Amino acid sequence: MSEHSTYTPGNGVEKWLDERLPIIRFSKEHLMDFPTPKNLNYWWTFGAILVMCLGIQIVTGIILAMHYTPHVSMAFDSVEHIRRDVNGGRMIQAFHAVGASMFFAAVYIHIFRGMYFGSYKAPREILWILGVLIFVLMMATAFMGYVLPWGQMSGWAATVITNIFAAIPVIGTPLLELLRGGFSVGNPTLNRFFSLHYLLPFVIAAVVALHIWALHVPGNNNPTGVDVKDSRDTLPFHPYYTMKDAFGMVLFLIPFVWFAFFAPDILGHPDNYIQFSSTVTPAHIVPEWYFLPFYAILRAIDFNILFIDSKLGGVIFFGGSIVILFFLPWLDTSKVRSGNFRPMFKWFYWLFVINFVALTYLGAAPAEGIYVVLAKICTAYYFIHFLIVLPLLSRIETPRPLPTSISESVLSKSHA
Amino acid sequence: MNIKTILSALILSFGMGAAAQAAEAGVAIEKQSWSFAGIFGTYDENQLQRGFQVYREVCASCHGARLIAFRNLAEAGGPGFSEEQVKALAAEYEVADPAADGGFRTAVPADRWPSPFATEQDARDANGGALPPDFSVLAKARGVSDPFPFWVFNYFTGYSEGGPDYIHALLTGYHDEVPETAPHNSDGTPFELAEGKYYNDYFPGHAIGMAPPLQDELVTYTVAEGEAEVPLTVDQYATDVAAFMMWMAEPHLAGRKQTGFVVLLFLVIFAGLMYATKRKIWAGIEH
Repeated sequence: MSEHSTYTPGNGVEKWLDERLPIIRFSKEHLMDFPTPKNLNYWWTFGAILVMCLGIQIVTGIILAMHYTPHVSMAFDSVEHIRRDVNGGRMIQAFHAVGASMFFAAVYIHIFRGMYFGSYKAPREILWILGVLIFVLMMATAFMGYVLPWGQMSGWAATVITNIFAAIPVIGTPLLELLRGGFSVGNPTLNRFFSLHYLLPFVIAAVVALHIWALHVPGNNNPTGVDVKDSRDTLPFHPYYTMKDAFGMVLFLIPFVWFAFFAPDILGHPDNYIQFSSTVTPAHIVPEWYFLPFYAILRAIDFNILFIDSKLGGVIFFGGSIVILFFLPWLDTSKVRSGNFRPMFKWFYWLFVINFVALTYLGAAPAEGIYVVLAKICTAYYFIHFLIVLPLLSRIETPRPLPTSISESVLSKSHA
Repeated sequence: MNIKTILSALILSFGMGAAAQAAEAGVAIEKQSWSFAGIFGTYDENQLQRGFQVYREVCASCHGARLIAFRNLAEAGGPGFSEEQVKALAAEYEVADPAADGGFRTAVPADRWPSPFATEQDARDANGGALPPDFSVLAKARGVSDPFPFWVFNYFTGYSEGGPDYIHALLTGYHDEVPETAPHNSDGTPFELAEGKYYNDYFPGHAIGMAPPLQDELVTYTVAEGEAEVPLTVDQYATDVAAFMMWMAEPHLAGRKQTGFVVLLFLVIFAGLMYATKRKIWAGIEH
């Protein structure tokens, strides 16, 4: 879809530039003229919202790094110093901390949108895989960022999460010591996490560029899941989608600033206002909310499976729950993309969403009584959805008839 | 699939986050009415001055506030002391300074609040092994957990006063003897207090190392001519000092909320204009 250039250099300078680095041509083709299905709904604005989130995190983060001190005896107080004494520091810090939560809220919506409308199916497999890769990088970045304020939850999260790696046979212990920079969580841990926390967002930005490239080869999926047939199905990206995305971004900023200005701590944990102490364990060690579903899966495996002990088993399922996402394009073999035309898939999709929310709840619940049983059931269902339900549905389901084109579906909708 | 569904999805995702705190239900804490709660919340200067008096006369002998500088007491949105008052106050204190003769000098407004103990070990030795926590951010290091589904509403009300609510409850939650409501041990034997501990309804585990710090008429408030008398009760002291501790943890709360209101108002209007523009551009396009 790249042979639709309408660009003619306007003057001598543009012509000179165009023959050497056609950056204006590229921008016009991909940011302005790019043919985009005309029926995209507001769920599609989350791509632009996520770019905005990454931008906010990088800009606020660079400023925070100018005032932050990555040392075990000074990190906690330096964050307070930013809040109390740095000009505008309290807002920059609040936007960065709240921004992490908003980033994940948006990415979950973006992922679940892709799952519902089958945006991972051919020819968009690479696009989906790059997206999962971004999600993994985001989790690593957010985890290391959460350690930097050096509160109780920071330090204990670092302890618990790095401990996970010790369960890996043979290389586990050396890997654990490499991650921590020593035998226990301490100053070297904080320093390497700070260094990597600064590096990874730029890696994310690079993968985002690939993600958008992979989007611009086949073009956008759309709510009907039907391929674009001709130019009547599409609109140029600018001004139609630049405007719609910009509106979506402004709307998204409303809950964002609500939290940043009126309840900046509500998404965090009070214990993180106590400086980390390796000798005092908090009553409950709870990760940030966006890790809870995967944390629930990690904890659900509390039994040995043959020769695999429970700790390694938990790590396998935890890793597996993310790795399985990479294979989604080949697990769901239904030719129909959009859930709107898959009567059975629709039900199982929402069941999966409910199951995921339940896992989130269980990740925060104490590991006792009924919660343990529920966590096991939900973990099992998470995998059943991918490994059994999706492959089976593709075989037994009769999809509803698809519209012949996007413009036909748009017209029938507006006349209905 | 419209804006409403997007918003409900957002709400759902934050509901998931709330689960983190929902799992920690404890003894129900009565929420107080704070002047600094809500969108338009600001600190009550008189209350902060009273709270500062309680802190200084009662708490400060054991609890430090290492992040608070004397100058903070004169900053906008705080207790509203004048520069001269702060200068005079600082002059009453000595701070450690390795560069000064004898290692100590008179404090100036730029100095941090001097710690009551030189080291953590000194603090523990003087308090039966327990460490009195620093007050700087303590009001944000404590919280109230609401049972499901009430915590969901906190995201819409922006409830951020769990710390002062807990502190007020703790300070008014002492019992002279172990009450009948005390939980039994897991083997069914009655609750027993260890030597040197006190029973408190709200402290996790109920056995707290701090003796009841407040009693009626312990601190004498000076009331300006023509102003209402402030009751000299434990409840009043607890409320005032909890408010002061919230100020210590969030000295710029009022300014933050004022800016936030303007930003929010701007965004709502801006979003409306953006929506109108979007409609105008999309008018005539079937989609």
